[in-house]
Amino acid sequence: MSETIAGSRRGANVEFRQVGMALPRIDAPGKSHGKTRYAGDHVMPNMLHAKVLRSPLASARLRRIDVSKARELPGVACVLTREELSGRLAPTDIAGQTGRKRLATDQPILVNDRVRYQGEPMALVAAETVVIAERALELIEFDLEPLPGVYDPFDALKPGAPIVQGTDNVVAKYKVRKGDTEAGFAAADVIIENTYCTQFIEHAFLEPEVGLAWVDENEVINIRVSTQVIEHFRFIADAVGVPHNKVRILGSLVGGGFGGKEDVTVEIYLALLAKATNRPVRLCYTREDSFFGHGKRHPFTLTHRTGFTRQGKITAWKVDMTADAGGYVFLSPYVLLYATVAAPGPYRVDNLHVDARAVATNNMFTSAFRGFGAAQACIAHEQQMDEAAKTLGIDRLELRRRNFLRTGDLIATGVPIESAVWSDECMTRAWEALGERTPDDGPIKIGRGVAAYQQSYGRITWLHDTSEAWVGIEMDGTVVVRSGVTDIGAGQVSALAQIAAELLGVHLTDVAVYNSDSSTTPLAGTTTATRALYMTGNAVRLAAEAVRERLLRRAAQEFEVAHGKVDMADNRVFVADHPERSMALKDLVAVCASEGVHRSELVMFRAPFTGEIDPETGQGRVHPDYTYGAQAVEVAVDTGTGEVTVLKSVGAHDVGLAINPDAVAGQIEGGAAQGQGYALSEELRYEQGQLTSTSFSEYLIPTAMDVPEYKAIILESRSGVGPFGAKGIGEPALTPVAPAIANAVADAIGVRIFDLPITPEKVVNALQRLGN
Amino acid sequence: MNKTKQITLLINGRTHRAAVPANETLLETLRGLGYFEVKSGCEKGDCGACAVLVDDEAVDSCLTLTWTVKTQRVTTVSGLGTIEDPHPLHTAFIERGAAQCGFCTPGLIIAAESMLRNDTRDPSLDDMRLALSGNLCRCTGYTKVFDAVTAAARVVREEGGPK
Repeated sequence: MSETIAGSRRGANVEFRQVGMALPRIDAPGKSHGKTRYAGDHVMPNMLHAKVLRSPLASARLRRIDVSKARELPGVACVLTREELSGRLAPTDIAGQTGRKRLATDQPILVNDRVRYQGEPMALVAAETVVIAERALELIEFDLEPLPGVYDPFDALKPGAPIVQGTDNVVAKYKVRKGDTEAGFAAADVIIENTYCTQFIEHAFLEPEVGLAWVDENEVINIRVSTQVIEHFRFIADAVGVPHNKVRILGSLVGGGFGGKEDVTVEIYLALLAKATNRPVRLCYTREDSFFGHGKRHPFTLTHRTGFTRQGKITAWKVDMTADAGGYVFLSPYVLLYATVAAPGPYRVDNLHVDARAVATNNMFTSAFRGFGAAQACIAHEQQMDEAAKTLGIDRLELRRRNFLRTGDLIATGVPIESAVWSDECMTRAWEALGERTPDDGPIKIGRGVAAYQQSYGRITWLHDTSEAWVGIEMDGTVVVRSGVTDIGAGQVSALAQIAAELLGVHLTDVAVYNSDSSTTPLAGTTTATRALYMTGNAVRLAAEAVRERLLRRAAQEFEVAHGKVDMADNRVFVADHPERSMALKDLVAVCASEGVHRSELVMFRAPFTGEIDPETGQGRVHPDYTYGAQAVEVAVDTGTGEVTVLKSVGAHDVGLAINPDAVAGQIEGGAAQGQGYALSEELRYEQGQLTSTSFSEYLIPTAMDVPEYKAIILESRSGVGPFGAKGIGEPALTPVAPAIANAVADAIGVRIFDLPITPEKVVNALQRLGN
Repeated sequence: MNKTKQITLLINGRTHRAAVPANETLLETLRGLGYFEVKSGCEKGDCGACAVLVDDEAVDSCLTLTWTVKTQRVTTVSGLGTIEDPHPLHTAFIERGAAQCGFCTPGLIIAAESMLRNDTRDPSLDDMRLALSGNLCRCTGYTKVFDAVTAAARVVREEGGPK
């Protein structure tokens, strides 16, 4: 269930007809009827099936690989190894739009010499059937010489540790030096110091990685693929060795992403095999492949030292954090930066000292995951606030209130927050929505927790992010939006349609969106970083406004009234003060068409462009803006079995403005579930780099049995930089959930478990320690 | 090698004759025949994305050998209704925003329909939890799914039974 609380209306006389309505999304009928075709739901004549051979070892040298028997197997069309690729590299950086120099983060497409993580690809096979391709994998002979590996980032930092990346395994470092921390601690009445640990997490999107590639008559490699980023076409072209304009990515509606389809997955393999065989090739990961096939959420170890006055005012905060980057760099530097920016959360901290590092190991590589470092930061700062409240004897909510940032305050990186900071409103409403406290019942102890956060939306400002959209109106008055944006399930495309419908006076169902094709739709950037609505939503808004403006000017002539006196709604154009003076939108369009009035517009929206932050102080702008909110939960802990049940869970977030409140509530509810798994049941365990959970019967995401009815409270400050004052909600919905649950468990049992997930075993052990 | 035989399948009211190997799963058969609404999420019976009705029971088609289906009716999410004549579950999932990425949606609707056909027409939250417990969803947190199933169940009750 959800409720929406509107704030002060920004912009006078804005009356929405489509925006803000909880309309069924335009993708809903296809999905509910089973008509939506995902990337894996396409076949082509003469199609081959591909498989990937992965290293069983996490740290090894590939001495020999012999594919001759696999090649001889009838039905095998192609086998590729390092021999054919001659050291070709796959980039592991984020997709850029401005030609910005990449990090030196490349990975051999197929193992060349060294294996750095279990599952690293060693060979590709394309065959007539999946079964033949699987058989071919079994016929590949290889010798792997085990090498000493390192499986803990702290071990990897020690002198003499095996080197996985670079010269010292440190793949990224950030720091913040703001104010005078020593003086701040000297002024503190109480200093709280704790270390918090988080675990490897799997995205567990339901649609495994999948794609289908073919080379067309113009030598263009077409790849229909499940991805968050169609603009990887540039990287793919570079990796394969063809010009950028000879790779086309066709995205489909994506069956879940959460950051796990932000990096390249199957695309390069498909491009190589399609090019080598000149036949269509399909590659669909099994679930087990998927556990090995994409980067995971970074485990972090965060040590917090925080000084408070007796009244609960923060005087200084020192954070030291170490993230496990795994075998390759991928997006670790950016994740680490987000964690650094979010280290002190939504609090005003004048004296701040952060040291952060991401360290390579022989574990699975880690990369983007919803929350992107800020989630790990929140797990630490919010438990730290509760620990401080306990020591200070101040109510947990009150302690937060005394320290929340306010508009105009400087965030961690020394820049002022310009939009609304409704942390207190969100926290208070979420807490109140828990209602009456469930009483303890014998061994069942009830606890409550809250967590607040600061999460960016929009990409890092020195990436110089842009997004393009085209909006046009057809002769019958229907509207077309063209934009490269991918829809990963949050309703990105439908939100764009809703914006266009609003501005062009039509209904949502009158808008068609063509998206996610790198050759034919204007490039809109990635669906990552909670940026799609902010960036592409603004591009669509600007484009639709331009078309609207031209149509209304022509209509004003027709009605012989001043420009500005005409409005459009319900497929009609009318004089605002005399709505009976109206004409059908399609008739106006016909007039415009006959006179050559331009009925479409292509717009590029640009985020703020900045340089990089000062590397010594960490001061400077990093993001366009931030979302604030809170989660409140009530849990029941069975002190006999250690089992934790979430009874109530409420997310309250200031989203600026909800383009579609149902879609926003869906993000908040889904984030609540994902965060619950993060807190209680999910963990990818690597033992000496070997993954021990490779299926959903071992890796436990929340099921319908595990969840309460989540509640979403939507606050609208109209203060964001997205369209009509919107902020972002995709990542923020998840960020505060796990620490709120951790705080609730500590509240219930009187002892804190500092490392996630909070399993029954840990609860029982903690209670035993407490009893002793 | 695997034995293959010609079998007759009744899928969404349509009769198919197909040569099916002994070890082929119903998931493979259905997708091979173009029923792409049946999703493959794990091939191990963990996720429920491939659920279809065999007669009135929801089964994971990835764990069902096609030969075992015999003369039973197989129904996918698309067989429950059309865009023009939707099943109440279709309508409720659309109107309640119960589909996000949508990949698990066909399986969820099938599981819910099986529950309704087994005469749980006034499902409690716990009834729904149990009925949907074999269907993983990573996007929605199930809240709007519960809303949608509750709404559809009401319509089915009022109409006097599932279609």
